[in-house]
Amino acid sequence: MAAITIAEVSKIYHGNVEAVKSVSIDIEDGEFIVLVGPSGCGKSTLLRMVAGLETISKGTVTIGSRVINDVDPAERDIAMVFQNYALYPHMTVYDNLAYGLKNRKTPKAEIDARVAEAARMLEIEPYLSRKPRALSGGQRQRVAMGRAIVRKPAAFLFDEPLSNLDAKLRVSMRGEIKRLQKRLGTTSLYVTHDQLEAMTLADRLVVLNGGRIEQIGRPLDVYHRPASTFVASFIGSPAMNLVKGQIEGGSLQIGLYRIELGGRAPVEGPVTVGLRAEDLKLAGVGEDAMLFQVDYVEELGAQRLVHGTIEGQALTIALSPETPLSGDLAVTIAVDRLHFFSPETGKRLERGTSFVSDAPAQTLRLETAS
Amino acid sequence: MYRTKIFDHVILLFGVFIMVAPVVVAFMTSTHEAADIHRNGLSLTWGGHFVETYQTVLTREGGFTGKITGFNMMLNSMILGLGFAVGKIVLSMLAAYALVYFRFPLATFFFWVIFTTLLLPLEVRILPSYEVMNTLKLTNTYTGLIVPLLASATGTFYFRQFFKSVPDELLEAARIDGAGPFKFFIDVLVPLSRTMMAAIFIIMFVYGWNQYLWPTLMTTDEGFFTLVRGIKQILLVWVGSNIPDYNEAFALAILAMLPPVMIVVIFQRWFIKGLTESDK
Repeated sequence: MAAITIAEVSKIYHGNVEAVKSVSIDIEDGEFIVLVGPSGCGKSTLLRMVAGLETISKGTVTIGSRVINDVDPAERDIAMVFQNYALYPHMTVYDNLAYGLKNRKTPKAEIDARVAEAARMLEIEPYLSRKPRALSGGQRQRVAMGRAIVRKPAAFLFDEPLSNLDAKLRVSMRGEIKRLQKRLGTTSLYVTHDQLEAMTLADRLVVLNGGRIEQIGRPLDVYHRPASTFVASFIGSPAMNLVKGQIEGGSLQIGLYRIELGGRAPVEGPVTVGLRAEDLKLAGVGEDAMLFQVDYVEELGAQRLVHGTIEGQALTIALSPETPLSGDLAVTIAVDRLHFFSPETGKRLERGTSFVSDAPAQTLRLETAS
Repeated sequence: MYRTKIFDHVILLFGVFIMVAPVVVAFMTSTHEAADIHRNGLSLTWGGHFVETYQTVLTREGGFTGKITGFNMMLNSMILGLGFAVGKIVLSMLAAYALVYFRFPLATFFFWVIFTTLLLPLEVRILPSYEVMNTLKLTNTYTGLIVPLLASATGTFYFRQFFKSVPDELLEAARIDGAGPFKFFIDVLVPLSRTMMAAIFIIMFVYGWNQYLWPTLMTTDEGFFTLVRGIKQILLVWVGSNIPDYNEAFALAILAMLPPVMIVVIFQRWFIKGLTESDK
């Protein structure tokens, strides 16, 4: 068990392609960190640099008190779980678990004890003498985890371990990984492109985009205060609605609608406004509202996603399935639920100082500027 | 479901007939006496001299120097076939391992150099090869018989393609598990390649067993004669009024067929397993 410090690490491939650009993350002992981002954002490269499967072009990685830039993967005191499990197909489950220990000249009795313990923890005891091909996907995944556990490493590295499982199994394995990690208290670095996995597993998540860190934070902080339009659209399902707007004299203008911000406007001028689908509500009778032209509806069972436009800008609204739908809707949003981003850089714009988070939610006041 | 009809069996039987009939004829003829064969040609009936002929062939010390028996020749063929097959597998696996897993400059170039040697089979380079072996004083040795034939572009190519299909994660997992290059090769790649090895073993053993030209050139000492050469030797005695021992030639041919057939029968199960069961 150890803390991991990733300090200004870069990966430069042949031809000056920079896959990871000066990334720094401080991982505390026992913390579960999830690296999340779209394909090609450098998250796997970063993980593989920590594992020692890729060389580190710049910067340093420290595990515990040891800089491990030039340390062999086997000596780094880490264990890795791969997406395709990478079990040795010709070895039994027992041998798969024991192989790493045998190579380290662990005494036979201790190997037996550790394998038995891991097998019990993962409930794979009945399969110890089977070959991997006689196991189902979920069982293979457990064996792959077992191979990591028996080593008792300082850190677990997970490279999209659940991507090859079907949706149902993914959910149950997700819970199991979380439980296991809490129980063992081993520092973990987990790579995924699935924002749901990232949200549910992470103590803190790191959102990567184009080799750079967009945001590091606890899942709910990232969800409620996304640092950029990229994070806003990546974290959360459905993605946050982003519409163009204009702030003039303390009020926000979206198309024909004017929304009073109550003296808490972040800037003057054009902004990108973020609205979570679940924050948009149907307006009550007599309430100020925006006209939402319904395009199509996706039924998810527990909720219903309504896609449409406000003033020609596409939005998605999450409504409860009981809500009656009849033609176009009148929607409204609480003012303190609005997110503002710079239209040029995509960075979050904080509200003015007068913003108090526990102030009573102020409902939308709007006038049609006609 | 498709039900086999009589016509299907007729086709199959025809195939079997084409394949097996010559072998049956050879076997039946070998049980006759040489003079009968000379007079009547090939025969399909049992000649009744099975035991004598095969005993003579296996144990009589023949040749010009009278040192070599059929059994010795069989042994020589076996040494050649096994040495050839095992040597080729070991060598081409190591070459393929280097080509696939070690990043050295011009790896692809070297692979293609190895590959182009397919265009230069033994027959093309037989004189220079002989010259080299002669200079090294390796004529009339098993080393001289086997070693020059070991380098195999075919085997290297097969194993290279196979190693390339082994997922990279396996290597990475092994590295994290503390396995060095040698351990990874022995503990992971070799067991994974078992079926490939069996397949190549069959092909190479039969190829080595049937070698004729190279052993003829390399060995003048009859103690190194192989079965295939022995057959030829028996028919070489057509001097004056001697009748060649046709029966013995046929018997040797039958004997020469047995080991490759057995190898195929034994390894066939592995071979098919390798084709049907994905082990990766």
